[in-house]
Amino acid sequence: MSEQASTLSRPTATKRVPVLRLAGIERHYKEGAGRLNILSGANLSVYPGELVALVAPSGAGKSTLLHVAGLLEKPDAGDVFIDEKPLGELNDANRTIIRRLQIGFVYQFHHLLPEFSALENVMMPQLIRGLSKAEAAKRAAELLSYMRLGERKDHRPSELSGGEQQRVAIARAVANAPRILLADEPTGNLDPTTAHYVFDALAALVRASGLAALIVTHNMDLAERMDRRITLNAGKIVEF
Amino acid sequence: MSMVAHSPPSAGPARRLVDGRRLIIGIVLLLTAIVIIAPVGVILIQAGSQGFGAFLGSLSTSDTRAAIGLSLVTALIVVPINTLFGIAAAWAIAKFRFPGRKLLLAIVELPFSVSPIVAGIAYLFVYGGQGLLGPFLDAHDLKIMFALPGIVLASMFVTAPFVARELIPLMTLQGNDDEEVAATLGAHGRQIFFRVTLPNIRWGLLYGIVLCNARVLGEFGAVSIVSGSIRGETNTLPLQIELLYHDYNTAGAFAAASVLTLVALVTLVVKLILEARIGEGH
Repeated sequence: MSEQASTLSRPTATKRVPVLRLAGIERHYKEGAGRLNILSGANLSVYPGELVALVAPSGAGKSTLLHVAGLLEKPDAGDVFIDEKPLGELNDANRTIIRRLQIGFVYQFHHLLPEFSALENVMMPQLIRGLSKAEAAKRAAELLSYMRLGERKDHRPSELSGGEQQRVAIARAVANAPRILLADEPTGNLDPTTAHYVFDALAALVRASGLAALIVTHNMDLAERMDRRITLNAGKIVEF
Repeated sequence: MSMVAHSPPSAGPARRLVDGRRLIIGIVLLLTAIVIIAPVGVILIQAGSQGFGAFLGSLSTSDTRAAIGLSLVTALIVVPINTLFGIAAAWAIAKFRFPGRKLLLAIVELPFSVSPIVAGIAYLFVYGGQGLLGPFLDAHDLKIMFALPGIVLASMFVTAPFVARELIPLMTLQGNDDEEVAATLGAHGRQIFFRVTLPNIRWGLLYGIVLCNARVLGEFGAVSIVSGSIRGETNTLPLQIELLYHDYNTAGAFAAASVLTLVALVTLVVKLILEARIGEGH
């Protein structure tokens, strides 16, 4: 995988047109009679083929930021842009379509469907999108081969190792060829060696596909291998 | 070597523990026999004591048939409504954080702590002839008290928490992860509910429905106030049993009671099956 990654250039990273842009995002929750400010004017741009590490302590608002970026939550103020198109005015149905086609998610836990094989799990978002079974199976097989799981595609999640499960989850996240990849501690459940192996696979995929990746991690080794590192300070995004 | 050294040191406490356990199990079995099995057995024995023909004859009198029919109609209306209410309330309480959430939870559980008689009287004060809305209902020729709508309303109140109370802990335990993943894979709200949430709660939901149904069929207190107990018209099955008993029609009362008892026994079996399914799910 690292060999593959090293041969892949970052052709669009220099264009400086962000795939994902968060502008002045504010998010607060009611807490008793008061108000808890989670995000207070968060700004961020993520470019094609770029890996951005989000490192922040628990409770700083990382998950909220990912939810807003992933259109799972609406901000109280500010807007999310994909390819410089504002998404704030979209209704729920259109947000669902954007999520389905433009955004891939990877979680700390793989959340693969236990009754289905690795191949079928990667086919699932494509079938939801409306592709035929043959088309979905072809792309799923390609992705699993790219993730070096070609031999394991017919195995169920319970028959795969933790690292393999997470690589299937990454393949599933990019099955619909999204523009953005959002990951919440994608290697958090893995031992250090496996974590590095899974990260290599993810990084290679991001760079090869020109995805814009925002990755929450507590692993500073991995964070330092990404293009930029950001954190949340009093609800604002700062680089470090 | 002394005598103490020869006696096994742990035999005494262990023996006492076994004896204590046997005593407790014996007391529980005795109480179960006296309080639950004996009355249920008497109902079934008395119902069948004069033969199956007499049993069927008692059940097929017009008043008892009407009471069974009214109870079934009430259940057919109340159970689906309270199922929808229970799912909606549990969904809101378990999956979302919003101002007034705890108040909503308390309101959902209110019928558990209010005597059914009190609920019946409250409905009488609102919808009765002399009640708050009485003049308005009279003016528009709408009859709620001493008719099916009143019986349905009272039954709905009493059984409102049954489905919700089963689902709230289950849905809270399950969290939002599955729904969130479905959303990130591009599923829309309806797909998420029918393909993810509903399959996850199906056994708990059925459990709540079975309990709700049994309670609607067996409800007495609130319904006795709002129905007016009109023979052959607004008597539900429990009210009919009381009426037959007061008429010294013991065979008829036991035959009608046996129907409710059989419902309870079927409910018990279904409940046990569903509990095993829910256990497997966890």
